[in-house]
Amino acid sequence: MNARQIFVPIAAILLFGLLWELLVQANDWPDYVMASPSDLPPAYAQYWELFIIMGWQTLWRTVVGLLLAIAFGVLLGMVMGFSKLMRDALYPLLVGFNAIPKATVVPIVALLFVGDHNFNTILIAFMISFFPIAVSVSIGLSTLEPEYRDILRSLGASQTTIFWKIALPKTLPEFFGALKVAVTLAFIGTNLMEIVSPHGRGLGALFDSGKTNSDYPLMFAVLIALALMGILLYYVVVALEKIFAGWAERSPGS
Amino acid sequence: MSENLIEIKGVRHAYRTKDGPLPVLDGLELQVPEGGFAAVVGPSGCGKSTLTRLVAGLMKPDEGEVWLHGELVKGPKSTVGMAFQNPVLLEWRTILQNVMLPLEIVPTKLSKREQEERARRLLSLVGLEGFEDKRPSELSGGMRQRASLCRSIVHKPEVLILDEPFGALDAFTREDLWQTMHKVKAEEPFTGILITHDLRESIFLADQVVVLSGRPARTQYVMDVHLTGDRDIEHLYTPESAEALNILRRQIQIAQGRSSADEAAE
Repeated sequence: MNARQIFVPIAAILLFGLLWELLVQANDWPDYVMASPSDLPPAYAQYWELFIIMGWQTLWRTVVGLLLAIAFGVLLGMVMGFSKLMRDALYPLLVGFNAIPKATVVPIVALLFVGDHNFNTILIAFMISFFPIAVSVSIGLSTLEPEYRDILRSLGASQTTIFWKIALPKTLPEFFGALKVAVTLAFIGTNLMEIVSPHGRGLGALFDSGKTNSDYPLMFAVLIALALMGILLYYVVVALEKIFAGWAERSPGS
Repeated sequence: MSENLIEIKGVRHAYRTKDGPLPVLDGLELQVPEGGFAAVVGPSGCGKSTLTRLVAGLMKPDEGEVWLHGELVKGPKSTVGMAFQNPVLLEWRTILQNVMLPLEIVPTKLSKREQEERARRLLSLVGLEGFEDKRPSELSGGMRQRASLCRSIVHKPEVLILDEPFGALDAFTREDLWQTMHKVKAEEPFTGILITHDLRESIFLADQVVVLSGRPARTQYVMDVHLTGDRDIEHLYTPESAEALNILRRQIQIAQGRSSADEAAE
């Protein structure tokens, strides 16, 4: 990463904050209509301990949900990628499942495993984020050109060898593309549970208490904290992608 | 046990499609002695690629037999090397790692270092010295095909199967690669089958040209090529070559005629 790649996004973020501040000032909105960036530092200063505790609760539950989504999504993608029968059987089911708004699933899950707040939250984060991973892996595997397979098969390689040496690495770029989508989805899942079924944990709960107390700067501070965590996790995925699928990146123009 | 390294006897094969069986091979005969190089030409869609898959053991014929080195082919064997029109290099590996791929699968007595030396030697033989650590995406089409060629022979296969390896290249690159093929064959002798659409390529590279009829394909005509000594491109412009090309062209026309007559009859 060179200096430009770091400074350009930071400059863009600062510019965005500036425009936001100007918009609020120009319209003379009070902070119970729309908080401005200058309201945020006091909110963070006042509640920093809660931000750390609850931010951590949100982060770890999101990451665990995401890891489960990766494990299950890759497995499901493999099953559907290698077997036409399973693809035909599972796709409608999967699409239907994905079409159900997860906000409606939250109360069901909360009733089903009543009291298991961490488990419930992880479950929703998982449910909302495995879909793109499963689809991308299955497409990656099912579109593998037959010649790639033939090269190894003609040498007497087993299906397992073909998977590890060719199918898996060839699918990695698609997998990471899906993972970037899944990261943000997992955050949505975690917060859905924290807000729709409040149980006093996570940034969603902090947001909820801000709402109850009409503390608008706090609500906005939570949103920004969520955005920052999303960016952080996104760049973790980008770094992993560089390590494991950096070969797929072409220099511009080629 | 016969003296032919590749022996295809009375092979018939049909693909099962929605509209019933589609016969592609019907009475295919082919013999290639050890060290021989047979070019297979024929109208498009006549089952040439099916032939390569049969020899590689990737599929079994409905009828007939394919023998390699006195052994009936029943499944894939590591004694076969393949290269296709699409070089199918693995994008995440360097050129050197790509060439070494078969050695990771086929049992070999070579140590890791000897394997690498062999791969490097082959790469320099085809003119890819200095590109060992490049990625396939950094190479031109012709260079990728050269690398693919190295990969197909790195494990010293008894039989090399080339399925239109130069089909997608421009004419000049193709002629360069023809000469590279001769260099490779001199240094690393192999017994091979070359599927091609290019009659000039067939007589320039092979010592036997087999013309297949239109679908379903049978062996229609076999020509022994007697271009002697060092082959260079000029050989293609001698009267003998012109005559050979003419004969082959006529045979292809006959093959196409049979195929259109068949379609009309259906």
